[in-house]
Amino acid sequence: MSYDVIVLGSGPEELVAAACLAGEGWSVLVVEAGPAIGGTAASEELLPGFRVDPVHGDAGFLDPRVLRQLELDRHGLALLAPDPVLAVPAERGGPLVFWRDAARTRASIEDRSARDAGRWESFAERMEAFARILEEVAARPAPRPAGPLRDLAPFLGLGRKVRGLGRDDMTELFRVLPLPAYDLLDDTFEDELLKGALGALSVRGLFQGPRAQGTALVLLHHLVGSPTGCFGTRTVVRGGVGALVEALAAAARGRGVELRVDADVERIGVERGRATVVELADGSQLSARSVLSGMGPARTLLDLAGPTWLDPDFVHALRQIRFRGGYARIHLALSEAPRFDGLAEPAAGTIVLAPSLDHVERAFDDAKHGEASERPVLEARIPSLADPSLAPGGRHVMSVDARFVPVDGREGSTGLRGSAAGDELADRAVALLAESAPNLRGAILARKVLLPADMETRYGLYGGDPYQGELALDQLLFMRPVPGWSGYRTPIGGLYLCGNGTHPAGAITGASGRLAASAVLADLEGQA
Amino acid sequence: MATAAVRTTPFHSRTAALVRGHTWRHWAGYVVPASYDLIHDLEYAAIRGTAGLIDVTPLYKYRIHGRGAGALLDRVVTRDVARSKVGQVLYTPWCDPEGKVLDDGTVTRLEEDLFRLTSAHPNLRWLHQNAVGMDVVIEDETYDTAALSLQGPAARQILNAVADRDLTKLKFFRAAEASLGAIPATVTRTGYTGDLGYEIWVANDRAEALWDLLIAAGEPHGLLPTGLMAMDVARIEAGLILIDVDYVSARRALIERQKSSPFELGLGWTVARDKAPFVGQRALERERAAGSGWALHGLVVDWDALEELYADVGLPPQLPAAPWRASAPVYVGGRQVGYATSGCWSPLLKKSLALAHLEALHAAPGTQVEIEVTVEHRRRRALATVAKTPFFDPERKRG
Amino acid sequence: MQIARVWDAIVIGGGHNGLVCAAYLARAGQKVLVLERRPVLGGAAVTEEIFPGFKFSVFSYVVSLLRPEIIRDLDLPGHGLHIVPLESTFNPLPDGDYLATWADPEETRRELYRHSPRDADAMQEFGRLMQRMAMAVKPLLATEPPDPASLHPRALLAMGRIGKHFRDLGEKDLHALFKLMTMSSADYLREWFESEALVAAKSASGIIGTFLGPRSPGTAYVLLHHYMGEIDGVFRAWGFARGGTGAVSESIASAARGFGAEIRTDAAAASVIVKDGRAVGVALENGDELRARTVISGLDPRRTFLELVEPVDLPSDLVAAVERFRFRGSSGKVNLALSELPDFTALPGVGPHLKGAMAIAPSVDYLERAYDDAKYGDFSRRPFMDIVIPSMIDPTMAPPGKHVMSIFVQYAPYHRNGGWDDQSREAFGDAVVDTLAEYAPNIRSAILHRQVITPADIEAVTGLSEGNIFQGELALSQLFFLRPSPAWADHRTPVRGYYQCGSGTHPGGGIMGASGRLAAKAVVADGGR
Repeated sequence: MSYDVIVLGSGPEELVAAACLAGEGWSVLVVEAGPAIGGTAASEELLPGFRVDPVHGDAGFLDPRVLRQLELDRHGLALLAPDPVLAVPAERGGPLVFWRDAARTRASIEDRSARDAGRWESFAERMEAFARILEEVAARPAPRPAGPLRDLAPFLGLGRKVRGLGRDDMTELFRVLPLPAYDLLDDTFEDELLKGALGALSVRGLFQGPRAQGTALVLLHHLVGSPTGCFGTRTVVRGGVGALVEALAAAARGRGVELRVDADVERIGVERGRATVVELADGSQLSARSVLSGMGPARTLLDLAGPTWLDPDFVHALRQIRFRGGYARIHLALSEAPRFDGLAEPAAGTIVLAPSLDHVERAFDDAKHGEASERPVLEARIPSLADPSLAPGGRHVMSVDARFVPVDGREGSTGLRGSAAGDELADRAVALLAESAPNLRGAILARKVLLPADMETRYGLYGGDPYQGELALDQLLFMRPVPGWSGYRTPIGGLYLCGNGTHPAGAITGASGRLAASAVLADLEGQA
Repeated sequence: MATAAVRTTPFHSRTAALVRGHTWRHWAGYVVPASYDLIHDLEYAAIRGTAGLIDVTPLYKYRIHGRGAGALLDRVVTRDVARSKVGQVLYTPWCDPEGKVLDDGTVTRLEEDLFRLTSAHPNLRWLHQNAVGMDVVIEDETYDTAALSLQGPAARQILNAVADRDLTKLKFFRAAEASLGAIPATVTRTGYTGDLGYEIWVANDRAEALWDLLIAAGEPHGLLPTGLMAMDVARIEAGLILIDVDYVSARRALIERQKSSPFELGLGWTVARDKAPFVGQRALERERAAGSGWALHGLVVDWDALEELYADVGLPPQLPAAPWRASAPVYVGGRQVGYATSGCWSPLLKKSLALAHLEALHAAPGTQVEIEVTVEHRRRRALATVAKTPFFDPERKRG
Repeated sequence: MQIARVWDAIVIGGGHNGLVCAAYLARAGQKVLVLERRPVLGGAAVTEEIFPGFKFSVFSYVVSLLRPEIIRDLDLPGHGLHIVPLESTFNPLPDGDYLATWADPEETRRELYRHSPRDADAMQEFGRLMQRMAMAVKPLLATEPPDPASLHPRALLAMGRIGKHFRDLGEKDLHALFKLMTMSSADYLREWFESEALVAAKSASGIIGTFLGPRSPGTAYVLLHHYMGEIDGVFRAWGFARGGTGAVSESIASAARGFGAEIRTDAAAASVIVKDGRAVGVALENGDELRARTVISGLDPRRTFLELVEPVDLPSDLVAAVERFRFRGSSGKVNLALSELPDFTALPGVGPHLKGAMAIAPSVDYLERAYDDAKYGDFSRRPFMDIVIPSMIDPTMAPPGKHVMSIFVQYAPYHRNGGWDDQSREAFGDAVVDTLAEYAPNIRSAILHRQVITPADIEAVTGLSEGNIFQGELALSQLFFLRPSPAWADHRTPVRGYYQCGSGTHPGGGIMGASGRLAAKAVVADGGR
């Protein structure tokens, strides 16, 4: 069999790419190793009728262009807008609740600190303005500062936008980008709970504490696409990320993409420096003019294509990518929704347990020294509150990310392995949650714990890192996946990358799929 | 202090006793004799007339084995290792991804999956970086293996006198295992003199015995312990380049123009066509197709011109006693077209020789150029002719 | 009563940058006065005889980056400056081994090879890259940072020049530089080296003077400092000044006097006199008022903007930026008078290792734990230490046969829980001596006198806010045009005639003198406007 393009993996980015390519009339095959389309994004059943997204915490920030272009609403995609977006139970004082309505958020902060409430709006607006800039960057191939000048032309508009911020915000942007979230938050606010909650969001995707430079950027990064001040919220899809995948798959099929599951890729065959063949585990060989892989840069190039055609410094760079999942995901099937002390309404969005910046920092300290956090930072969601379809008859599902778990960045995860260690951490997480939601413990019907080691073995995520490369300053933009190769192409002709390991990263956006497809298209058309 | 500032080779107890004038030279963290006598003339004469025995232990040496050993070397060096036979030695450069030379040395295929790589600079890390995903073991035997170079017309007789087998049939750039006395050794018919010669590799603890054995066996043949100065003269006559002198390793270069490709160093013949992918291959194929901007050739300085320059100031030509390593500009029609990097007076050929980098346009053998010489504190230019190397190439080298 | 004399320029603070600035201004023909609050010159670069016969570079202990052009321009050797390179480094390890580097690269290679053959190879390539990176960064040290928000053609041109400079590096080097600027020293070094001792030893240099650990992003670029010297023709970047770091200050002061500058000690400035938005003089704490056309502050940004002038004279964004500027002193100093040299278990006896820099930095984890203590408000129980024995190079620093040892210690947070007092100061000193004694057991009995300096002491004595030795953290968000504040990173201030020259301005850090020189250039260029 021969195709114009074979796409490896069937996650959202890969499906977007496949649909874009097929839409231009090229023959496209998507191969998925697992039994269901979606790969790490496919939903799973915890108990019959209880559906969870095993790896992805949210549906990220779907590029509106992709939504429109692929007419996903016609393929069954429904977006939800849970409110409140963020809830932070408090041991003392009232809980902190972020709403889509900024005034309500402010009122919640006001209960804890009048000074912070006074500063909230300008902070939120400024952060949003910065996030808009990042949004622009995320929608384009990463700028290459030393690349050809004509490639920088599209960024002149961005430069104007940066200047458009005005002197104060512009210089503040330069200051904030490399700033530790600790300093940014400590400069602005006094309430430990507020600082802790935002600090917890600033280490998502990083194996660092909030005192590390670059954490302010991560905080901003996760704000892209959210309404003003709605930290911690992202696109929510009815049916979960799994439903998003189904809609994307339907859109792709509608454009003539062939999807094949249980097709584990064994090898990418390279001849004279060009990828020509995809070999499956069953021995079958599929030939292709182009291969686009969403399976992660290191895995694609080192394991599947092999280092033969790669320069040693490129291989070295691939091996230096830091994969540091650093957290455990705990999925719970619940007989009833947990009721958090002090929260009048169900916490439909994200629940964060991180009472102070130091709490987050100490949780990281443990992992830094090779231990799972004694008191982990918890980020939980109960998606069934906004989307009852996820659990049967008034019951619920809950997913909790517990930070941190020690990982060794390069050669995969070490530290915690096996169920005993996972159970211990999960017990600690549940105990912490139960401190503010006493009914939780009794409501648990089933529990599943995924450690970084599990994410690696089960889902092929190096280092258990769903972001496929730490969201550190030196691994973003033109440095992602490796310096100088941010344009989705690789040193091997006809072999392309997309997915979280490539720009823009950090969330499901469809952007890497769309941008990678453009690179493939440009080359295919160049050959035609 | 826990450690001495410099290393000495396992031959040091022997060589130190013979060096008469404190004439030592630093080489890769070792000290070795630059010459044994204050003047190296007789040592040079031994290389060309009888035989010289040179301590070359400081070379970096790697033992590479395992199923992927050949594949690793093929990935690193420019020559085709896959097609080499057991017992064959390849001289080869290796390059960075841009096709610029990192180092040069020899690859000896000792067994199907066992090789020894020698080099002038350390390459352990580079080998490891290229071995990702390969089934191969890389052992650094630099500090465990001693090496002597036995060079000169009498080398074969001396070696046969101590070897347990007849090495007469050992061809140029071939290797053999042999017992010398009772010392197990690897013998390669290689050297850095352009003469009949062998290099002998043994474990450190057999080094002194090997030295004693060869010195005793060589005595009737006029064998002389020989230092680096004499070898330097011989290697220039043979047109053999020297890293850090005639070229800058791409690894140590600070700017692009300091780097050279194999083509630019006269090593185009080592860049195999149609071999497995190797580091720098793409860039080198491009250069092969497009042509190189530079070439490295010999220069023979015109004696009459030199004599005349000195005569102008009332002197006979002043010849350098030792080979030189300073950069000397080379001109054509008043414009600089290159630079010589090393040279010497050849006592045998009676010629002043140099190795020079030349712009390709002016590199054809026979081209008349001028080379800068300093005559009585004044910079002058002497006529010279571009010449093919080796300047001296005796039949016995290969025969 | 003072005769109403008008100075061309008054420099507040006789630290090395203030003195450099004064010397350059005097050399340009200006009538210059330097005011120093203390009886000794030098700010943090002073030599004092703390105990009879024992002289110490009390605070700053090595000369790292003093710009060679300053040494040349001011002919400092003619004024007694002699910097002797620190040739070696020596790090004892807990397992009884050690890691050393020596002046000769081959000797260093042998030592590294003992720890990791691959690292021995990597070191040379690493050094080559650092040299190229230092070449890339060096021009910026001598450049006034442009205001990125300005649309003034001169600012745009300057931005363009900087952009071109970086593009001209080529993609490979630019990426390498970007990594260096953003990564943690531990992560960066692990891309090169596998030996824990080596990664730890090198990453320790990335944390000096910061409130960061070796795993904190942003610490990698400090590694460059070690290679800066090489491209300036000084082969080793770190050195002792004969006579201590005070001798550096004295030589600059002597040069300044030679050019006609007047220098007054025990003359504390209280405020800058501002009239109609213009600096016209300095009021001293004793009530005297001195007139000047130009006033240059060598103090840190907090004192320069919030104490010497009234905030009402300044734009609110500058005031906010300076209030936010981070100091957070993180280091202390222990100065010991010794009856005998330390005898390290790992390398016993008196050897060349005692003439170089010695450090207690056995592993990245060790350094991180030291940092952890400080993060939560206490000094490190087992701290990182950078040790030199100046009397090994300059015997006049101690009585015959005796020695002085200078121990730079991290971490000692300025904001210590419960604050600093005599008791906590001595506890801190004990932690230092106890830790050192694990590696050199004879140290305890060799101590004749001990001086312990906390960040609070540094602040009290030298006036450096929060005891920060760099006049403000050297973090990405406080460098180049953000040092100390955008639009005011060119050594000027919103008050006409008022300038800043301390290391809290670009490029800042260490005994470099570049800030003082750039400030003098700015003053001269403005020509009294």
